[in-house]
Amino acid sequence: MADGAVPRFWREIPQRYNLIGNQCGACDRIYFPPRESCPYCRRKSMGNMKEIKLGSKGKVVTYTIIYVAPEPFEGQAPYPIAIIELDEGPRVTAQIVDCELEDVKIGMRVQSTFRKIQEDGYIGAIHYGYKFKPLEVKG
Amino acid sequence: MRDVAIIGVGVTKFGELWDKSFRNLISEAGAKAIIDSGISGKEIDALYVGSMSAGRFVGQEHVGALVADCSGFSHMHIPSIRVESACASGGLAVRQGYFSVASGMNDVVVVGGVEKMTDVIGSEATDTLATGLDQEWEAFFGATLPGIYAMIATKHMHDYGTTREQLAQVAVKNHANGALNPYAQFKRPISIESVLNAPFAAYPLGMLDCSPVSDGAATVILCAAEKAKDYTSKPVKIIGSGQASDTLALHGRKDICTFESTVHAANMAYKHAKIEPKNIDVAEVHDCFTIAEILAIEDLGFVKKGDGGKAIESKITTLDGEKPVNTSGGLKAKGHPVGATGVAQIAEIVMQLRGDADQRQVKDANIGLAHNVGASGASSVVHILEAI
Repeated sequence: MADGAVPRFWREIPQRYNLIGNQCGACDRIYFPPRESCPYCRRKSMGNMKEIKLGSKGKVVTYTIIYVAPEPFEGQAPYPIAIIELDEGPRVTAQIVDCELEDVKIGMRVQSTFRKIQEDGYIGAIHYGYKFKPLEVKG
Repeated sequence: MRDVAIIGVGVTKFGELWDKSFRNLISEAGAKAIIDSGISGKEIDALYVGSMSAGRFVGQEHVGALVADCSGFSHMHIPSIRVESACASGGLAVRQGYFSVASGMNDVVVVGGVEKMTDVIGSEATDTLATGLDQEWEAFFGATLPGIYAMIATKHMHDYGTTREQLAQVAVKNHANGALNPYAQFKRPISIESVLNAPFAAYPLGMLDCSPVSDGAATVILCAAEKAKDYTSKPVKIIGSGQASDTLALHGRKDICTFESTVHAANMAYKHAKIEPKNIDVAEVHDCFTIAEILAIEDLGFVKKGDGGKAIESKITTLDGEKPVNTSGGLKAKGHPVGATGVAQIAEIVMQLRGDADQRQVKDANIGLAHNVGASGASSVVHILEAI
């Protein structure tokens, strides 16, 4: 997944840094990552997809703990990966951080946090994006 | 559309075959199938080859032409087509070959599947298998193929009470079957304890919940059914074929514990064959991980959604059970050279329906099913075969 030209990573920055998705102007469905058109409204949605910044909160739908990791992630293993359902509806796959491995549970509330994801060797680009951590309850 | 029969099959041994190249493997399987079918070779109208990632595994693309060349058909200039659908490449190659004969364009076609996975180091093989996932939105964030299936297992355990012991029993059953298959990579029975005590690949899946990295090839010969008896006394008819797709990323699907691609491909194949799941006597299903076999028997309609774990525990799917599944040892024990798998499944069902499966023969098997999945379920292919 690593090695390669920078544009491939650069063009996904708005989504990976700021959870920018989009919404169909015809049916209001929300998509992340953004889609060119709405699969349900098709031509009615063309030119009618509006950019939308998703909130940072969601819950764990399911998870795993990766022990055998791909090369760029070897130093991080074991690490939890989860499917998170954002409060607006879309689901994403991301790491869970800032908690013990055994604390990760289905249904736990989480919030996104901006982190380094992987790097392209010692001299290549460093890739950033979202991870999720347990939701901080204030008060 | 006319009826299509399988008139010959050939498989290589599966395993870490360091002395065999990509070319050796597919040529060997092809030659075995041609000899088994009784054709001379001159009748062949086209070649179809399933290969997931020859480009990454052996640094070679242009696989259609390569296979025609190394199999000795380049001087005959036979059309040769490479088919790719991740780990379902082999099953899909069979479906493309089936279409070409059913349509009347071709009378005899050879369908092979091949993967040579051990010419790269383990981590490179893992990365290559992960190319069947969503690279931008799953793998980029550190997900692996075992990790995606592990998330399905976590959810299945949470929602239906499936246990790690039940998952382990899939591996135990398939290793027991593999021990009876001369072509299998693993021919040693294993215990539940050894599965449970193996190091984790991705919690809750241990290393023995995972199919291995393998080299191997398989080939089947398809022929217009009306001409099949000219070549063999035991043709097997393809009575159903189905294929379906789904979101590339697991997180895009409403139900984490259902492969809708399998449900739709199976329904298409059942409708085509005019049969129901209860009519299937023997099945080869895509058990790339133990949880995958549990999902498969549910999504194919053999048991109700959520009952897969219990079904394994009650031994319905063992060799002498009421619905034998993965008599070959499955991907788990027979091995999983990804492009070869879908074709090898068809070859196993053909052997079962011809009564050629020796020690692992299922009694009175007349109708069999083969189920091949691409990566984490974004594509599935289902075939139903019947002895003529």
